[in-house]
Order: sequence, then structure tokens, then C-alpha cells
Amino acid sequence: MPASRLARIGLFAAAVVAVQLATQLAGKGFLLTQLTMSAYYTLVALGLSLLMGYAGQISLGHAAFFAIGGYATGLLTTVDLAARRGGGLVHALERAHVLVPRPDLYGGEALSVHPWAALAAALALAVAVAFAIGIPVLKLKGHYLAMATLGFGTIVTSVLLGTEALGAADGIGGVPPFPLAGGLAVGGGRTARIANYYVAWGLVALALLLLANLVESRVGRALRAIHGAEDAARAMGVDAGRYKLRTFVLSAALAAVGGVFLTHYDASIGPGEAGIMKSVRYVAIVAVGGMGSLWGTVATSAVLSFLSLRGTFGTLDDAVFGAVLVLVMLFSPEGILRLDGRAALAAIAGRLRRTEARP
Amino acid sequence: MSTELVLQYLVAGLTYGTIYAVVGVGFNIIYNATGIINFAQGEFVMLGGMTAVTLHGLVPLPLAIAGAVLVTMAVGALIEVTFIRWLQRPSVLRMIIITIGISIMIREAALLLWGESVRALPYFTGNEVSSLSLGGVHVSPQVLWSLAACLVIVAFLRVFFRHTAAGRQMRACAANRDAAALCGVPTRNLVTLSFVLSAGIGALAGCVVSPITYTSYGIGAGLAIKGFTVAILGGLGNSTAAVAAGFIVGVLESLSVSLLPAAYKDAISVTILLAILFVRPSGIFGSAEVARLEAR
Repeated sequence: MPASRLARIGLFAAAVVAVQLATQLAGKGFLLTQLTMSAYYTLVALGLSLLMGYAGQISLGHAAFFAIGGYATGLLTTVDLAARRGGGLVHALERAHVLVPRPDLYGGEALSVHPWAALAAALALAVAVAFAIGIPVLKLKGHYLAMATLGFGTIVTSVLLGTEALGAADGIGGVPPFPLAGGLAVGGGRTARIANYYVAWGLVALALLLLANLVESRVGRALRAIHGAEDAARAMGVDAGRYKLRTFVLSAALAAVGGVFLTHYDASIGPGEAGIMKSVRYVAIVAVGGMGSLWGTVATSAVLSFLSLRGTFGTLDDAVFGAVLVLVMLFSPEGILRLDGRAALAAIAGRLRRTEARP
Repeated sequence: MSTELVLQYLVAGLTYGTIYAVVGVGFNIIYNATGIINFAQGEFVMLGGMTAVTLHGLVPLPLAIAGAVLVTMAVGALIEVTFIRWLQRPSVLRMIIITIGISIMIREAALLLWGESVRALPYFTGNEVSSLSLGGVHVSPQVLWSLAACLVIVAFLRVFFRHTAAGRQMRACAANRDAAALCGVPTRNLVTLSFVLSAGIGALAGCVVSPITYTSYGIGAGLAIKGFTVAILGGLGNSTAAVAAGFIVGVLESLSVSLLPAAYKDAISVTILLAILFVRPSGIFGSAEVARLEAR
């Protein structure tokens, strides 16, 4: 790994620690809750940044993958199979510790899927859906692709809203914590707040490392070639379709991981997580951070998600994201970290001149 | 299902089809002039309906509708002049994101202005319960108003594109923008005009169907997807086919309610959209390229 990347990871870790210490010193440890949630949303944004920046594909349905992950784990870890203990499959799964007993609401014992098994199932489902959707969708370009992914998000939302077994408009609640090593678990509760914060941002660091290595590898070069000139890349023997599909699936899997852990952390998930507006938010975060700029995406996602979760924008929450989208795309389509101030001013000035010149 | 029931669903489908058709045509007008898909298209319908309801508190209905159409046209012009006009050959991705951002801003502005409540204009003639019996099917007079409005819009656009200088210039612009500019066609102003036109027809449709379908701040996104379905089904750029496609989608959606839970209704048109995109992206009415140049 090159030194510069190690240095960046180090910087990232330092920033994560500094924020935690700052909240502690300021006596505002409660802020860690929203910061932890921001980390899980950041996973979605990171995958989308790879997809938009390197594969040049827009997805207006990435919230759906987040929701697929969250709902899968939510459903599996809260379902009660105790009544079906007699069945061969249930028995076998219990022997394999895939199904574990847990106390239910009324003091009895429920038999549910172990969170780790649920994570595997949620990931498998998200990957399968991403493949199934990606194969036809990624053949499309531009507007068609945007509308198709928007449509996919709409379908997932209306299925979630219309299915009683998934809690319809209420979603799924009472999701148990996700056990990690040493008695630590991803879940709410004040005692493990600091640990959970580090777990969440540790996951982001892992994803960052993975993606940073990926974009510097053969795959990353192929993706950049596709983004630059797809026909040329194809002519040079790059299997553009396959690379795009794999990037799409990878980004969907990252979104699903975010969904799984946030659902355990919050102990619940609702259909709003799959909505169009959520998907647009992820696009906005990526656009501000700079498409394909992984570090920029992490920075903007941390800030924007946190502010939004804290309710800083009040009733203007969605409007802020809309305005941010428009402004960034108008003045600095490469993301604000690469904003060329003089060029933007020149563009505004040029625009004013042209408007005045017209009778 | 009895024949009468089927006919009843057909009528309901036609009503919704009207609005999808007009949104689809709106997409086409802007697409032909600019190559942009304006994701804020559904917001024009919402703005038209909401503004008319507000104005109706002050002035008689026809004036309220006229006022709403004018206001929405002004918003359309404002959007183009503020956000679109000065971009030099923007990428498709950039334009998609910008128009989505605009649609969110309009929606949120409407939420601040009008709140979350669902509104509707009064029925133009009669009321909720009045109906005409056409061959055993009960049809609200408002459905006829909607169909008539759709017809007027299509006829107007046909005359506009064939027999007026501006319309002909817009067609030239659609065929070859650079060539049109070389011949002295003011292409930039025509882009503004395309936004004004498509905002105007969207607003008119929003007013006419509002007594039946109701209006609230959040209807735009759904309408945009359905209108886009319609535009694609008819072949992007082909407005006559878009109207037919609008009725097809409206009727299919309406019939689906009798078979599937109502919650899935919105998924129907999206499924149609995905199916067409995967199977025949040029639309079911033939080649979009050819249609764009000739069939209007």
C-alpha cells in the first residue's frame, strides 16, 4: 500500500478519534448516536460514489438496497419459528445454530435467525437483486438508466408499504442487537455508545480501504477507461458490461451492509428508508463530495448526514438537499472539494453579461 | 367482471390517462428542444392545480385556471433562465441531477406554501355525484372536461408546431440544433419557450383533473415517472403517440386495481416502464428517431 494512502487512513482514524474525544470533552456524548448512524449511511454513499464516479452510472434507487438489507435482517431476526420446531428444516437450522432462541415480548421464548446468519442472508438477497436488476438496467444509459433505477426504488417502496408481513407503513421494530466479539453488540443503549461509534466508523474505514485498493487496481483502471470513453475501452478489450455490473453489485452490497447494521443499531426500520428522497440524498452527498472521490464522499456524508439527523435543517431538510444538488451541479460538477472559485465566478459573470446583452 | 364494470374502469383509466398523456407530451416538448429529460415535469401539474385552488378563493373559476396556467408558465421560464440557459453543453448526468434538484425545491416550496393538505378545484359543471349516462356507463362530466382539455392541448400543439413560425423553428431545432442556429433560429429562446409551453400544458391538465384526482404538494415525482413511462411507451419525442400511450397506461393501471392490492397500483406503470426499457426502448409505436422528425 502506498504511503500516501496509509497517511490518509491514519488521518481518517485521527479525525474519528478526535471527534469522539471532542464530544466527550464537551459533555455531549449523545451526539455519538447520530454520528454512528451517519457512518452507516456513509457506506451507501461510498458504494454509490464508486458507481457514479468510476463506472459513470447513476442510480436513483440505492436506498432500496439499503432497505433490502435492513428489512431482510429485521424480518429474519424477529420472526418466531418456535411453533415450527417439529419441522426438519427448522430443526436442522437450530442444530447448526442458525436459529437461536431469544426471549420474546411476553417472557416466552422465540426462535429466530441468528443475526450473523441474517447478515449473510441479507447480503445474499441484496446481491441477487442487484444482479437481477443490474443485468437489464445497466444496458441502459443516461435518462433511461436514471428512470429505471428510480422505478426500481419506487417498486421496492410500494411493495414494502403494501406488504403486511413487512409491517406495511410501520416497518419492523424490536430488532435485537447484533452480537460482535467480547460481549459487544451493535445496538442502541447508552453504555456501548462509544464502542458502537468506533465499530461503525471502523466499518467505514474498512470499506474505504477496500474501495481505495480497488480503484488503484486493474479493475479501477478498467472502470476509469470505461468512464472516459466506453467505446474505446471496449475496443481495447475491456469487458465494460461486466465491470459495470460488478461495480453495481458491490455498491448494492455495501448499501445492504449499511442497512443491516443501522437496523440493528436502531432496533427498527421503516419503508421511508427505501424512498425516492432517500436515494436522491445519497446522490446529493456523492455529488457534493465529488463523484469518484471516496474521501470527499466520506467527508460530505459525515457532515450532511449528521446535520440532517440532528434536525439542523428543520422542515427545510429535503429542500436543503435539493438546493445543494442544484448548486453543486451548476457551479462545481466535480464536487465542492474541487471547486474552482474563479471559474465559478467567471461562469456567473458570463451569465450576467449574456443576459444583459439580450434585448 | 361484468362488461359495465370493465367500462367503468376504462373511464377511470382514461381520466388518469389524460394527465399522464399531458405530462408525457410535456417531456417530449422539452426533450425535442434540448435533449433534456426534465425531471421536474410532474411539479408543473402540481403547481397548476395548487395555484388554481388558491386563486379560486379570489376570482371566478375560469380566471383562476387561466391565472394558474400563467403563473406556472412563468415558473417554467424562470427555471430555464436561471438554471438551464447558461450551461454549455452539460452532460446528461449533470442535467438529470439538476432537474431532480429543481423538482425537490419546487415540491418543498409548495409544502411550505400550502402545507400537506390535499386540495381540489370544484367540479366545473355539476358536482361529485352528477353523472351522465353513456350507454349504461356513468361518466362524471369532469371526465369529459378532462378529455376535452387533452384534445384541445393536442390540437393546439399540432397547429403550433405546423403553422406558426416559432413552432416550425422548434421543429428545426429538434431536427438539428446547430443547423437551425446557423439559419438564424434563436435556439436559446426556443428552449425557454419549450419550458414555458410544457409548464403551461402541465398546469392546465393539473387544473382540469384536480376535482377528480385531487392535488397535493407531493404528487409530482409519481407523475414524472408515469409521464416518462408514457413518453417512452410512445417513443421519446413523439407526442401523438404519447397521448395514446397515456391512455394505455391509465387504463392498465385502473384495471390493475381490480386484480391487485391498491398499494401496488403505482408499481404497475413502473413495471411497464421497466419492461419497455428492457425490451424495446424505442417505444411501441416505432422508431423514435423517425418519429421525432416526421410524425409531429
